[in-house]
Amino acid sequence: MKLPAALRLSPEWAPYVFLSPFVVLFAVFGVFPLGFSLYLAFQSWEPTSGLSAMEFVGFDNYVFALKDEWFWKSLKNTAWLAIASGVPQHVVAIPLAYFIHSSFKTLRNGVVGAYFMPYITSTVAIAILFSSLFSTDYGLINVGINMLAQVPVLSWFLPANPVDWLNDPASIKPAIAMIVFWRYVGFNVVLYLAALQTIPADIYEAATMDGAGRLQQFFYITLPSLKPMIFFGVTLSVIGGLQLFEEPFILTGGRGGSDQSGMTTAIYLYRMAFDFNDFGAASAMSWLLFVVVVVLTWLTNRAFRPRGPSA
Amino acid sequence: MRERIQRGRLRRRSPWLCLSLCLFMLSVPSVQAQQSLIVAAYPAVDEIVKSALPAWKRLHPNVEVKVVSRQFTDHHTAMTTALSTSFYLPDVMALEVGYVGRFAQGGGLDDLSKPPYDIKRFESRWVPYALQQATNRKGAIVAAPTDIGPGTLLYRTDVLAKAGVSEADLTQSWEGYVATGAKIKAATGSYLMAHARDMKDILIRTGIQPGEGLYFDSQSNVLVTSPRFVRAFELARKVRQGKLDARVGAWSNEWSEGFKRGTIATQMTGAWLAGHMNNWLAPSTRGLWRAAPLPERAFAAYGGTFFAIPRATPAANKPLAWEFIQLMTLDRNVQLSAFKTQDAFPALLETYDDPFFDQPIEFLGGQVARVGWRDAARRISAVTVHKQDAFADEVINTELDKVLDRNKDIATALADAQRLLQQRAHR
Repeated sequence: MKLPAALRLSPEWAPYVFLSPFVVLFAVFGVFPLGFSLYLAFQSWEPTSGLSAMEFVGFDNYVFALKDEWFWKSLKNTAWLAIASGVPQHVVAIPLAYFIHSSFKTLRNGVVGAYFMPYITSTVAIAILFSSLFSTDYGLINVGINMLAQVPVLSWFLPANPVDWLNDPASIKPAIAMIVFWRYVGFNVVLYLAALQTIPADIYEAATMDGAGRLQQFFYITLPSLKPMIFFGVTLSVIGGLQLFEEPFILTGGRGGSDQSGMTTAIYLYRMAFDFNDFGAASAMSWLLFVVVVVLTWLTNRAFRPRGPSA
Repeated sequence: MRERIQRGRLRRRSPWLCLSLCLFMLSVPSVQAQQSLIVAAYPAVDEIVKSALPAWKRLHPNVEVKVVSRQFTDHHTAMTTALSTSFYLPDVMALEVGYVGRFAQGGGLDDLSKPPYDIKRFESRWVPYALQQATNRKGAIVAAPTDIGPGTLLYRTDVLAKAGVSEADLTQSWEGYVATGAKIKAATGSYLMAHARDMKDILIRTGIQPGEGLYFDSQSNVLVTSPRFVRAFELARKVRQGKLDARVGAWSNEWSEGFKRGTIATQMTGAWLAGHMNNWLAPSTRGLWRAAPLPERAFAAYGGTFFAIPRATPAANKPLAWEFIQLMTLDRNVQLSAFKTQDAFPALLETYDDPFFDQPIEFLGGQVARVGWRDAARRISAVTVHKQDAFADEVINTELDKVLDRNKDIATALADAQRLLQQRAHR
């Protein structure tokens, strides 16, 4: 049954109609918040007074953010966490992917699936469970450390008293880093596994025939071939690490922990808005964070940029 | 033929036409009479509101009350968002005392001291300090108090007996409280308190001068280097140095385990904690706890709930919203019912002669504790709130942690806090 002529669209409109669901959602939930946040960064706003209470203050919020001790503290925390969780992710994922690639045939999918599971599990569920595991007196992690500390040689390296993971400023950061590492190492394994499969097997055969050992093949064939994927993975880790929010938020109960040692910039700007009711400064901080992310991504790009034809 | 068919069509349609016309005519008067009021709350205030609905129905049978309930933090975040955008605003919102200060500074809540509310005529009917808590710097009263949290000292009578100390040893003075804690630790191994922070929290609330807030005065000058802060920090440090605190945060697993196992001997808190302990925190310890006044005759409030009307609520709903608030806060039966079922200590003074106060509390071993709480409630003095109170809270807690964990000098810590707070005092 044909629609009446008035309601029919010409086929020229088809691409736009098919794109429109995404475009509309993106505009509403992506572009508008970005624009509003940029606008808000130049306003002083007492949120509970309503939208009409905004007052233009120019760069005041940016100046305040740049002078704020806690903002710099949160950037330091974020950098520490990004490096401490990001570097092991790749350093462990690459050899692991190589190992899985070369050693597992039938069990490969199961093993990769097991490593990938943390990535697809809800962050909030993970963080809540880890809060229990990290409990000082009743958590399994401290129980495990205690048991290992009974072993003579290991006792030199392990702490004698239960570690106060969640309340001690010094240990909250490693706790968060552990969870983030555990969550993303499987994702990186999958990425590297995919990249490994693109390396032709004959290069390895030629190298074996030339007398190269496994280790030499790894360093001189595998790693250079993985460079594009490493670039991709590191970029994702940089961006994700700088925007770290969920794991530290749940683990510290939304407050950033003792001495704000688990407070990442994302948590701080959220708290600025909803706990301290300063939306203007929060927006300014989010744009400053954006600048940091852009700069670091650009640096990553330069570090991994494929060299000219001479390579 | 066509005519007959058309007439037939009309006849077939006519019963439906008739029915729909009838329904429309029936619905018109009910659309005019049926109003609804939206009340936003959090547990357990939502239960209190729901149990007051039968009383409301008797007053206004045509006005339906919808209770929108969210978890505590989510509720206040949702209220912040609703006030900032004027969308999805409830007609009445419940606010916890910690948030009233923040919301009071903006213009988002209606000033109840102005006509047609004129809340000041009811001032004498409530506990004196409660209405003060909802008053902002400009003198506007933004909310009505419904329940309060008179501060009390809950202690384990069995642990004290084992250590050979009495309640009087605890409550004589703050120094005596700490010294008794050392005896308890030595004799039983139990900690005096959950965290040294609790000590600081109560001590900074003692000795506040009139017109002063907790951290800022009425001119937004920072007060954190004043003597009450120094004393608070010194005693908290003493508690930590004597290893008298369990170093567990409130509401954590370790905290509730501490109550269950008797490793935390005392807790300074609002009277409502006894109810929580009885219901789910540590019901197995029934009969082992007692309530005492806070040491050195200190009086402070821990918690409290208020009801407010957003300014942007439709004007037609405001009279009903105000009537609802009056029902919740000024009706003796509603206040007592909330007290009996949810442990919400009433702000309404008229309830204080009810025989319920003289009844023994089973959880506290039959102690008639409510009388003491009632007495304390009347003597709590109000503390003016400041927009940056939440931030100041955090800064002071951080500095205290540094003093306790890293041996930071108290004067330096308070000076650092002063500097941080001064940057934001006027934002």
